Amino acid sequence: MSSAEFVQYLISGITSGSVYALVGLGFTIIYAVTRIINFAQGEFVMLGGLISFTLFHRGGLPIVPALILAILSAAAIGAAMYLLAIRPSKKASVVSLIIITIGAAIFIRGIAGQELTKEFVRLPSFSGEESISFLGAHVDPQALWIIGTMVVVTIILHLFLNYTMVGKALKACAINPVASSLVGINPKTMALIAFVLAAAIGGIGGVVLAPLTPISYQAGVMLGLKGFVAAAIGGFSSPVAAVAGGLLLGIVENFAVAINWGPFTSAYKDAIALVVLLLILIIRSGKLAEEERAG
Amino acid sequence: MRNYFKYAVVLFLVAAVLALGGISCSEETETAMEPYKVGAVFASSGFNQPLGETQKPTVEMLVKQINDAGGINGHPLEVIIYDTESDTSKCATLANKLIEDGVVAIIGPTSTGESMAIKPIANQAGVPLISCAAGSVIVEPVGNYTWVFTTPQLDYVAIERLYIYLQGQGITKIALLTDTAGFGKAGRTWLINSTMLDKYGLTIVADGDQTYGPSDVDMQAQLTKIKGTEAQAIVCWGTSPGPAIVARNMRTLGMDIPLLCSHGIAFKSFIDTAGTAGNGVIFCAGKLPIADQLPDTDPQKAVLEQYKADFEAWYGVGKTNTFGGHAYDSLMMVVDALKAVGPDKAKIRDYVENDIVNWPGTGGVFNMSPQDHNGLPRDAEQAMILVQIVDGKWTWLQD
Repeated sequence: MSSAEFVQYLISGITSGSVYALVGLGFTIIYAVTRIINFAQGEFVMLGGLISFTLFHRGGLPIVPALILAILSAAAIGAAMYLLAIRPSKKASVVSLIIITIGAAIFIRGIAGQELTKEFVRLPSFSGEESISFLGAHVDPQALWIIGTMVVVTIILHLFLNYTMVGKALKACAINPVASSLVGINPKTMALIAFVLAAAIGGIGGVVLAPLTPISYQAGVMLGLKGFVAAAIGGFSSPVAAVAGGLLLGIVENFAVAINWGPFTSAYKDAIALVVLLLILIIRSGKLAEEERAG
Repeated sequence: MRNYFKYAVVLFLVAAVLALGGISCSEETETAMEPYKVGAVFASSGFNQPLGETQKPTVEMLVKQINDAGGINGHPLEVIIYDTESDTSKCATLANKLIEDGVVAIIGPTSTGESMAIKPIANQAGVPLISCAAGSVIVEPVGNYTWVFTTPQLDYVAIERLYIYLQGQGITKIALLTDTAGFGKAGRTWLINSTMLDKYGLTIVADGDQTYGPSDVDMQAQLTKIKGTEAQAIVCWGTSPGPAIVARNMRTLGMDIPLLCSHGIAFKSFIDTAGTAGNGVIFCAGKLPIADQLPDTDPQKAVLEQYKADFEAWYGVGKTNTFGGHAYDSLMMVVDALKAVGPDKAKIRDYVENDIVNWPGTGGVFNMSPQDHNGLPRDAEQAMILVQIVDGKWTWLQD
């Protein structure tokens, strides 16, 4: 493998990894506050892409307002999902709530296919389509947008969680819901904020991804799965861990094609995420059992 | 008094129901003969939607035309159309449902994978299946699957057409990038067939045989691998949206070797998805895209121009594509059979097998036989043309 090829695989891996990371962030935020694994997380990415396309192409909006409106719509749908599906099921167990999120995902997918479009859509690139040369590799300028967006979102989220009152309240709620409600933090409001944040981050992922690759109403399934693996690699513990998990998954997937030996071939690119997921679950389940015994 | 009123109301209602029932009864006996029921399964949504898009409206248009002209021997034609969502297992469920609905034949499905899934179902139930997918595995060899037919130009004919072009361009080293779904998998076995490669002096370079999943969104890794080889051209075998992503990724990576694709990308949204990166892409197709440029002596010209004019009036200008054409061919074979033999499944099968001879359709001139359930000429140069995308438009590439 030449050094140019190495850089190329690495950059492709970081690009797809950044998308997985954005999805993984959403999983982590909602899990931290509510202990729910929101399987509709990938759908928000799909919604970001499809809604911005619809507003831009059919609504005739200029691109920037279309993108902002699409992100806001995704956030609003996240809020609606929490208020209409999660909050009313007050006494349901976490497992039931997780199953509700699967139902919500199927519902959102169906509505998007019916009401938006069943076609593959693609937005125009933000800054031209001429690729940029970098250490002998070629990069689509949109890939830089995706990586940059992921970095900025992660930094803002970090600052928000650590330096604002609402952010600190979210963290407090994640650490100990009972104690935080005793000091006047409403866990339901925090859960709503978590859903809105996660949906907005998903929407952001969708609008930066749509110019790079065609998106359809079914795109959320695979993205959700990859984002889940990203969050699981990070142990659902912190946003930074989810980002690291996403990048690792993206890079591993791309280098697997490069190795082209045994099971590491292009045909099994998607299977890698699943194998990684299985390994994590096996390793972590052992640890969890230990913790339980110790506790 | 109130009681009488109640009786009166009830009597009135009974009378009304009887009267209305009577009217509808007499209407039925007056006009309608039993409708002929045909089933259809198309990928109207899901990843193969760009292919299936024109098939449902084509069938709806033909049904209206036929019924407006008095039906088939006086019987109205009814086609039950289901959406498979590009899902093979869903397609199988729907095929069973159509059989329960009592259809006399099934047309479609859109893709090779779906066709392979319902081939045994139709065959076992004894319902003629006329597929719209190009994988030769569907009908070759016919074997026990005597109820299964397909109307597009078969994959190996299309592959040979591309190989003829490559040889003419003096290209000897190629790389492959194929979809892991039905059509891509079936095509791959022909692409790497050594007899075929030797015949046209082609070799597949080392590391030049790559695949991708139908829902993959990025093929840069595979293309980086190919970029490091001596390949002079890439043949990408798949349907939607993979080849468009490949075209875009190739441009990003600064690869300027030609990209050749199957007839599975002969739909206009390929150009939208690929953007300017689609320019220069070459694919093979039936004659429908160039119907207006054919000489008047071409036996297909009349049917092609008629279908194109009708469909564009029905569904929109510039919307015609070869996939709708396959649905046209499949349905019209069943219609011709119904006209000749009536709604008898076995007789319809026999008719399609033996009497679709010198039958000009949109895909070519069909000559079905017990050994050949596709019926199109296998001579690649006669059967297919090459199209190149130039400035976002399809252009006939005459080599």
